Amino acid sequence: MSCPEKYIAYMHEFLDEDISKENEQELRDHLRTCPSCEQHFKELKKAIAFVQSTAHIKAPDNFTMGIMANLPKEDKKIEVSRWLKHHPLLAAASLFIVLMAGSLFTSWNQDDQFSFSKQPNLVVENNTVIVPEGEVVTGDIVVRNGKVQIEGEVQGDVTVINGEKYLASAGHVTGEIREVDALFEWIWYHIKTTAQETLNLEDEQEQSLQ
Amino acid sequence: METIVNARIKQVLKGDQNAYGEIVELYKDKIFQLCYRMLGNRHEAEDVAQEAFIRAYINIHGFNQSKKFSSWIYRIATNLCIDRIRKKKPDYFLDAEVPGTEGLTMYSQIASDTDMPEDQLARMELQEVVQKEISNLPEKYRAVIVLKYIEELSLNEISEILDLPLGTVKTRMHRGRENLRKRLKNL
Repeated sequence: MSCPEKYIAYMHEFLDEDISKENEQELRDHLRTCPSCEQHFKELKKAIAFVQSTAHIKAPDNFTMGIMANLPKEDKKIEVSRWLKHHPLLAAASLFIVLMAGSLFTSWNQDDQFSFSKQPNLVVENNTVIVPEGEVVTGDIVVRNGKVQIEGEVQGDVTVINGEKYLASAGHVTGEIREVDALFEWIWYHIKTTAQETLNLEDEQEQSLQ
Repeated sequence: METIVNARIKQVLKGDQNAYGEIVELYKDKIFQLCYRMLGNRHEAEDVAQEAFIRAYINIHGFNQSKKFSSWIYRIATNLCIDRIRKKKPDYFLDAEVPGTEGLTMYSQIASDTDMPEDQLARMELQEVVQKEISNLPEKYRAVIVLKYIEELSLNEISEILDLPLGTVKTRMHRGRENLRKRLKNL
């Protein structure tokens, strides 16, 4: 082929729709007079037509499913927040339980000082609460972090938290005697007393209504 | 289309995987087609196209939403195809069967510069011949030819997808077309 290279370049500019008017005219004039360049141009257009004629194919049926199955697991945070959105009541309940447990735990830890319920005629010696012989205590006694020694009579409940109780043979307690040691017992005790208090409140309210 | 896609991307960014499924549905045929024309093999095309979508999902935080998602996913897929072609090269065995043909081995591909016997050509479907010749193009020409004439993208989009200057895209297009012309002129 003896034609200048520029005509081939013009052909490609034409195919890219990127040719100036003058060059396009020049190319057309040349193609009319030069069979080998005309042949070259035809072959280029034919090659393009062949490529364009390849049938458009579609992705296989399970293509999207295959991708979704292989995506990395969603972020834990997102999973949790989505779960919370779908279960607001459960979320509120679990938050409540967590906070309750927290407050119980702190109150357990704070109360490591010796204390007891004040009642007349109780004697205290070295962290030991003594109900003296012959005396009658009316009402409940609660002792924290100490011992209780009962030689007289208690008309009510005796509760020992984190301590020991000693009941003398002459001693007598009309109500319940309870010893609370472990954390869970303490929680259980807490729940029971709270429940009882609320029940008592209701009773009182009912009585006052009557 | 771009507004739908951008809305879905926002949902995906919030962690909604199902929204990504809708994006895949919109582009799966185009991306699969690109991979198939680049690789010349359905099985590999499916493999690479799926990997492209998974990579796009993993890196979706890095996607600039002021740009076209289609260009971005095309770019990921094209790069994966080119990687695959380069890795695949040493795996050619001369006596391996050419995919999509019956009884044609790589021995026949060596002689593909010379004309194939008429009866062999007749046996192969025209489209398979064209696909085979696309697959024989060097990968840098193959990418521009497939993006331009099968995916019907503009030169500007192709330059964005391949991250190449427009001039380079034009040069490759030019050489790719000449290459194809020589391979297909006798059909």
